[in-house]
Amino acid sequence: MNDRSKTPTSVASTASDQPEPVTSVASTASAVAAGRDAAVAALASAGEAGTPVRFVGAATKLGWGVPVADSGVIEIRTDGLDRLLEHNEGDLTAIVEAGLPLAEAQRAFAEADQELLLDPPDSAGTATIGGVIAAGDSGPLRNRYGGPRDLVLGVQVGLSDGSVARAGGKVIKNVAGYDLSKLFTGSLGSLGLILELSLRLHPKPPATATAAGETTEPATLAAAALELAKAPLEARCLDLRFGGGDSALLARFGGAAPRSGAQAAARLMERAGLQTSLVDPDDEVWERQREGQRSSAGTALRVSTLPSRFAGLVSTAQRLDARVVARTNLGLAWVVLEDRSPAEAAAAVGELRRELSPAPCSVVDAPAEVRSLIDAWALPAPGPLALMQRVKDRFDPAGVCRPSLS
Amino acid sequence: MKLLDELRRIVGAEHLLTHHQQLRTYESDGLLQYAASPRAVVLPGTAEEVREVVAACHAAGVPWVARGAGSGLSGGALPVEEGILIALTRLRRILDVNLDDARVTVEPGVTNIEVSNAVAPTHTYPPDPSSQIVCSIGGNVAENSGGAHCFKYGFTSNYVTGLEVVLPDGEMLWLGGSELDPPGLDLTGAFVGSEGTLGVATKAILRVIPAPEAVRTLVAFFSSPTHAGEVVSGIVSQGIVPAAIEMMDNLSIQAAEGATGAGYPTDAGAALVVELDGREDECEERFDSIVSLCEEAGADSIRVAGDEAERAVIWKTRKAAFAAMGRISPNYFVQDSVIPRTKLAEVLGQIDDLASEHELRVANVFHAGDGNLHPLVLYDGNVEGEPERAEELAGLIVKACVDAGGSITGEHGVGVDKKRYMPDQFSEPDLAAFQRLRCAFDPDGLANPGKVMPTPRLCGEVPGPYRRHPLEEAGLAERM
Repeated sequence: MNDRSKTPTSVASTASDQPEPVTSVASTASAVAAGRDAAVAALASAGEAGTPVRFVGAATKLGWGVPVADSGVIEIRTDGLDRLLEHNEGDLTAIVEAGLPLAEAQRAFAEADQELLLDPPDSAGTATIGGVIAAGDSGPLRNRYGGPRDLVLGVQVGLSDGSVARAGGKVIKNVAGYDLSKLFTGSLGSLGLILELSLRLHPKPPATATAAGETTEPATLAAAALELAKAPLEARCLDLRFGGGDSALLARFGGAAPRSGAQAAARLMERAGLQTSLVDPDDEVWERQREGQRSSAGTALRVSTLPSRFAGLVSTAQRLDARVVARTNLGLAWVVLEDRSPAEAAAAVGELRRELSPAPCSVVDAPAEVRSLIDAWALPAPGPLALMQRVKDRFDPAGVCRPSLS
Repeated sequence: MKLLDELRRIVGAEHLLTHHQQLRTYESDGLLQYAASPRAVVLPGTAEEVREVVAACHAAGVPWVARGAGSGLSGGALPVEEGILIALTRLRRILDVNLDDARVTVEPGVTNIEVSNAVAPTHTYPPDPSSQIVCSIGGNVAENSGGAHCFKYGFTSNYVTGLEVVLPDGEMLWLGGSELDPPGLDLTGAFVGSEGTLGVATKAILRVIPAPEAVRTLVAFFSSPTHAGEVVSGIVSQGIVPAAIEMMDNLSIQAAEGATGAGYPTDAGAALVVELDGREDECEERFDSIVSLCEEAGADSIRVAGDEAERAVIWKTRKAAFAAMGRISPNYFVQDSVIPRTKLAEVLGQIDDLASEHELRVANVFHAGDGNLHPLVLYDGNVEGEPERAEELAGLIVKACVDAGGSITGEHGVGVDKKRYMPDQFSEPDLAAFQRLRCAFDPDGLANPGKVMPTPRLCGEVPGPYRRHPLEEAGLAERM
């Protein structure tokens, strides 16, 4: 965060009970105020002045989306918007401010043996809930419980014309009004600033157990993944990892009888020709899956495809000497390209896109030299994109929120 | 008239209904209090015909309403007087079943149960509204329908990955697709539950899941809903997520028992249906805990379904409760409010008090796991003053639920029936934000006008890009 706070102009919003002056002022704009009011006012001012803004939590996913020019863009930070406003244990719901770090919230929920079923890569433990939701990021838990879009019950947003609006609510079932929570989830801040989120929680299982099945054959791995996806296992997580001479299918279970679940999965893996074992303790193996979605020095892509196309995905990855982490049930995969020159990485991205077409492949991490050689972010088709732009024009009438949609 | 000629050309004379006798069938949806006669009912046979019909309405500036099976309970498919009603009942093909990827592609007129049947026995489509035998996927998409099993499995919105839609200006395009997380805004998520006001879906790609290995179901009877509520709290606090937790109060038990003859004790204060599903051993262990919880809470009796037939009886009786209400009351208003589950006892007490004050009876049948109440305000339309008292009572119940932190509707939708309560739940800027979405899709306000929003609104022009004032240009003034 600190390395980002000098350029561009940074506007931090601070909690109302701990006012803190903002000193960072550049030529174009400044704002000094407290809490959400500061954020809302800064956005309104930017809207009025026509100055581009971007919203920043822990700055862990700033490279996502259509590239944003750094100069002349005001950053509105959510550092001060970090309160856990409600944790309704009996209702399994919570209301949080957007800048609350996910890891911190999870610690609070865990005290009641509950959890937000959202486990995106977050090795530093700084990622904010608002940032994770705005980026639509997720981890292995998505297998069973849906993505961020499925866990957000309500949202409060600030818009570039200075208005603040809520949608949804704090009950787990609610169809009153339009589902703006889903519209803002994954919007990357292109419509406005998420201020507050209402979330559905789940009971945290007392124990987990994981079955692993290994093979050196990509085709065997992909076929086994399809078999497991079709079985009524109710696995908490179902992933594969591939690359660097290490490939395996992983199935994690929670609930009342996790071990027997893992054993059932292991039997299916064995029948599909994998070498199986039970992993205990299993936290580390899943932490690796999460981290496998990102790359600090290399290039990482997020691929939206379908389970039946994993065989092709894995063999392409093998040819490109890439690492893969995938949610086998969901058709989501992350491909990481490391140890190669920018030109080689760019060529590999191109080949991957050709091989996996029409699956969109978006770059989530890449060195600047690689980004300069490719269109990093996959765009929607022209028809939907035009409609998305019309939606943006209504929510962001000033047209200042970045990233843009195209 | 010109539009009708155009519609006749598109769908053929036999699929354009204009005679007032034919139109009567379409005057109301499942909520019979509201009726309106459209100028014509058009029954397109293909997605392309839907597109042409919508484009023709757009060219003529005539409003239209899309209708599926007409089983909705909020007046969402109520025709616009003198508008066009587009009935999608002829679009009922299942286009693709792909179990490797757990996707099914259907036309909007396909019924909910047909999706599950198409993927049985290995897979199932979880959203299961009580009307699932008749209600259509198009209607489910419009209303974001839930059902008894959504406590564990979620709602229609969680199972729609892509939609082919026709926008109100006649443009046809795909929102989303088979894949998850496509780039750009989640317009699929915004469209599901938009109650037909953003356009009409002509194809839906649905996610199905492997059918659970085991299902265990019980019904337990208690002296009061409060006692049954203790079991619900116990289940939740033990970290159990049942597939369904349903409650019926005494009046609902009486009505439903009359309809199905399941042998339920008609003097019981509450019946609690709990269903667990999942892996066999997981189910067994959890099910034993639930039986213990029922015993501890003082259940008068517990019936465990021994086989699929006994389970079917339990569900048939639960799902019959609405329709059976006619057995104990000539008329009733259905409400669909939601409360935080922990406020159950408190709000049920308030409903009791309100009912006594209004000298009326309120039956309750509800999804207890997620706090979705279905208070049924019973009245006799032939007794002077009763309908008005009942309507007032229904409104007060909705307000009590919103005040408790809840919602005016959990699964039936706002439609025409609950739009007057929208300001109880949402402020003016919230409603204005909803209108932004609507205007992006339907700037002319032709798609299902008069629904969802409490008062009619027009869409303004999208403001142009900001231009600096000449004084600012000259450095003589600034805005911050």
